[in-house]
Amino acid sequence: MSDLNKLTLADARDRLRAGDVTSVELTEACLRAIDGADQLNAFVHKTPDLALERAKAADARISEGDAPAMCGIPVGIKDLFCTEGVASQAASGILKGFRPEYESTVSGQLRDAGAVMLGKLNMDEFAMGSSNETSVYGNAVNPWKVDGRDLTPGGSSGGSAAAVAADLCLAATGTDTGGSIRQPAAFTGTVGIKPTYGRCSRWGIVAFASSLDQAGPMTKTVRDAAIMLQAMCGHDPKDSTSADLPVPDFESMLTGDIRGKKIGIPREYQIDGMPTEIAALWAQGADMLRDAGAEIVDISLPHTKYALPAYYVIAPAEASSNLARYDGVRYGHRAKLAAGDGITQMYEKTRAEGFGAEVQRRVMIGTYVLSAGFYDAYYNRARKVRSLIKRDFDTVFADGIDAILTPATPSAAFGLGEMANADPVQMYLNDVFTVTVNLAGLPGIALPAGLDAQGLPLGLQLIGRPWEEGELLKTAHVLEGAAGFVSKPAKWW
Amino acid sequence: MSEIDLETARKVAHLARIAVPDENLPALAQDLSRILTFMEELNEVDVEGVEPMTSVTPMRLKRRADAVTDGGIQARILSNAPDAREGFFAVPKVVE
Repeated sequence: MSDLNKLTLADARDRLRAGDVTSVELTEACLRAIDGADQLNAFVHKTPDLALERAKAADARISEGDAPAMCGIPVGIKDLFCTEGVASQAASGILKGFRPEYESTVSGQLRDAGAVMLGKLNMDEFAMGSSNETSVYGNAVNPWKVDGRDLTPGGSSGGSAAAVAADLCLAATGTDTGGSIRQPAAFTGTVGIKPTYGRCSRWGIVAFASSLDQAGPMTKTVRDAAIMLQAMCGHDPKDSTSADLPVPDFESMLTGDIRGKKIGIPREYQIDGMPTEIAALWAQGADMLRDAGAEIVDISLPHTKYALPAYYVIAPAEASSNLARYDGVRYGHRAKLAAGDGITQMYEKTRAEGFGAEVQRRVMIGTYVLSAGFYDAYYNRARKVRSLIKRDFDTVFADGIDAILTPATPSAAFGLGEMANADPVQMYLNDVFTVTVNLAGLPGIALPAGLDAQGLPLGLQLIGRPWEEGELLKTAHVLEGAAGFVSKPAKWW
Repeated sequence: MSEIDLETARKVAHLARIAVPDENLPALAQDLSRILTFMEELNEVDVEGVEPMTSVTPMRLKRRADAVTDGGIQARILSNAPDAREGFFAVPKVVE
């Protein structure tokens, strides 16, 4: 049986339950695909033996009946998740050699549900980046290609997006602090959802900016996202910000009926210089939802313009605090010291050697905005602006808006290395449509909606009300059906 | 336009405990200046009377019993240490 790695998660689940295919067969198909895809540099730590062991256990469980939906499904896990006994280094040199003694709650829930981990996936270092170019493992490469250039799969969950798009795994975990699930999903023609802040436990996920970080699934379809998200969600006593709310059956909410829903189109997202193709796709998306019976409403989110600068104060501030733990004492890299070096030199040399340039830059920016004399001017002001950004969303939702439609990214995937000489702020603009969602703690989903003139995928984003991932997935499912995106990258790797 | 001078860049690097060689300080100062200039767009916003956000979801944090729930795992705690000796994390001399 060939090409089992190309199945959707939902199809694989149904065929596993029907006894049509085994998890071992699915897993072997994925492992073969992974071994043939080293050029994509998506899987950076492969765990084939562990995968086959788990696949056998999943097959035994399925044959006993009553296995959960994820049982036997081969998945990739972003390197940001701590996985017991398996290298977990957040794509950073400072965590070289780190093998956690524990499992993150989210990857543990997937493991306990019978999902089969194939290995760890490439990403930007500490999830700081929008192109997967800050990774200590080197760039992950987008399976989509239109000329001789290697394109970025986006970031920070670039390895996850590349692996799902190239059918190396049926689905993958990602994390999203400012767009790190949704932007790579858009660049690779895949689906990625960031749930409401608090839906997924952050315990055991290497922290970047704790008030913004959320895990979520990266999949081939909206249905797959619903299935996998459900397995990842839920209250965890080990994360005090995780929500003690019931997790609905998301898949059963994909009814296809969105009649009467009010979909907002925020005028502030019509930014200067937006490519006409993206503007056209956005308008087509609104037409599709209207045709499905939704009402399209123009709305205003007046503080949108300030989301990026607020984010680039808050996220580095939190990062500078979170990353203080990498001191060369308890885990990871420690610099070789010269005679007479004391503990301060150990910290300074270890962190200079272990952190890449972008991480160093953000830690220092965060340190600056939190330092005496600047805390009010930068950090407190940014937190006030964040309150206003959230208030913008609260207002439109109170006015009856059910979901908001926007483009996912301001461009299609760009070439690796093409931003190398750009100002750091230019790279930050990738997050312009996604970052508001993290600042307001809302659920957001990116799904593929078309190809640009070159033949590269473009995505749309839907933003939902807090805790209403089910309704959001329902709307996304309708849009997915109407857009009818079925293109896959031609295999060149 | 925010200007970070070399002395400020050096100070920030030290506060962040990252060794930055002198020859890299001008580029660092320039990067930091550009990013801070970008952040200064926030000065346009009227934030009079607005509370800084402390929690994005209006939820009361859950309480738990103040009790020991784990322990006796010294070897596991030390298993990833770059230098562990006799059950301790070893570091260079801290006090003279």
